[in-house]
Amino acid sequence: MDMNRRTVLAGMAAGSGLLLGGCSENPPTYGNALRMGDWFTYNAQRLLIPRGVLAREYDRGDITATIGVGTVNPANDHEPAFNPGGGPLWAQLAAHDFKDWGLEVVGAVARPGRYSLDALMRFTARTQITRHTCEEGWSAISEWTGVPLRAVLDHAGIKPSARFVKFETFDIYQDSIDMFDVLHPQTILAYGMNGARLPHGHGAPVRLRVETQLGYKSVKYLRRIVVTDHFDDGGKFGNIAAGYSWFAGI
Amino acid sequence: MVDQGRTGPHHAGWVRATHWALALAVLTLVISGVTIFMAHPRLYWGQAGNDMTAAWLELPIGPNYRHGGWAAPVHFAPAGRDVISAARTAIIFNQNGWARSLHFLGAWLLVASGLVYALFAAATGHGWRNLLPGREGFSPAALWADIRAHLARRPVRPRLDPVGPPYNVLQRWAYTIVLGAVPVMVFSGLAMSPYVTAGYPWVLDLFGGHQTARSVHFLAFSLIALFIVVHFVMVLRTGALRQVQAMTIGVKGN
Repeated sequence: MDMNRRTVLAGMAAGSGLLLGGCSENPPTYGNALRMGDWFTYNAQRLLIPRGVLAREYDRGDITATIGVGTVNPANDHEPAFNPGGGPLWAQLAAHDFKDWGLEVVGAVARPGRYSLDALMRFTARTQITRHTCEEGWSAISEWTGVPLRAVLDHAGIKPSARFVKFETFDIYQDSIDMFDVLHPQTILAYGMNGARLPHGHGAPVRLRVETQLGYKSVKYLRRIVVTDHFDDGGKFGNIAAGYSWFAGI
Repeated sequence: MVDQGRTGPHHAGWVRATHWALALAVLTLVISGVTIFMAHPRLYWGQAGNDMTAAWLELPIGPNYRHGGWAAPVHFAPAGRDVISAARTAIIFNQNGWARSLHFLGAWLLVASGLVYALFAAATGHGWRNLLPGREGFSPAALWADIRAHLARRPVRPRLDPVGPPYNVLQRWAYTIVLGAVPVMVFSGLAMSPYVTAGYPWVLDLFGGHQTARSVHFLAFSLIALFIVVHFVMVLRTGALRQVQAMTIGVKGN
């Protein structure tokens, strides 16, 4: 939380020798003018904005009321993103306080594995008070506690060939981020919110926080993480298929 | 270079080219911007704001105006304060997928053509000479005379009244204000970006918060929308055909 910029930059330069997406593959445009515009914005921002910068962090007194949107109950088959292959399972796991839940980490890692909630909580936690900027126009300041994604991926032995990380959930949403955001110190797997356990409506037991992008990139109800060498946003379950920009740094 | 009377082309080539590029950009930005605003037609001051906090303005545009469908709130107690979170159970109007991408396409066009315009306006002196209000613009007598001239609604004399510069005092003020609103739009837009403000926090601090920037973005839009309405009315009232000719093919004087 008090990590200064220099520490962050040094940490990113040292680390496990991973590339920061310097020769990263670009998201596809599919010949679509809107997606080409997104591509241009993505590349312009990656070029013009210094690497390793942190999103604004606030004080506890700045925490605001908030709302839960999108999927707020994966077990509810009336919700638009209900996943018959995930919702009922999530309900079972929730009934046992997620003691049997585990986050699978697979793909371009030396040691694929499954991390229970307790295992994730044993990593050094990071707590950050940040602004959730929803693409709808509203925003909310909350305190998030979790484990930096990078720490888990280092533990799993992420390979130097890795370029993107894809997230699969208990609803039908999937999404991915590039190595800039994967290695970013504020990108965390959050299990705590405002000093309490992450509520069901906000993505329990664990959600992603990507503080350099709009809220929809911080996917909820995490189930599986896939480290990929090539661009994969989840195909028909991803943002591009839904007509949304894959890059939402904005 | 810049037309001064009724004998040369009414508008320089670069004015005509950038006028239509900017017009296309603004049209794109207005359509996509209003669509984005319809997803959440509430405005706030400060760093953050949402349906559970007080808005200073909520506009009845579209189905999301005061929409219901909220589950009973969850209570948090960070540092002993009561902070609520309510889950939304309703499906709301949201066309932001295409609207936001189109908004950025329009914004890039605005920035590109705006820079070309600014360079030419500065290099040719058009900006200083024809658009800024000048000393006359601060003279109450000149302002009052121009207000009275506008209110008198005297008929346009196509053979005598020039199209293009020199512009009257009120017109200069209108151009100055609308051109000043463009950088406000650009920076208040950038101040809403989580990534841009991570790299350049001063952009956020310039406005004092994400939601203040969003409100300023809306207010500057309102000013530009008002300009567009007045612009259309004035074009229609001063000979629409010759005005459009002057801004497209740049016909010679009458």
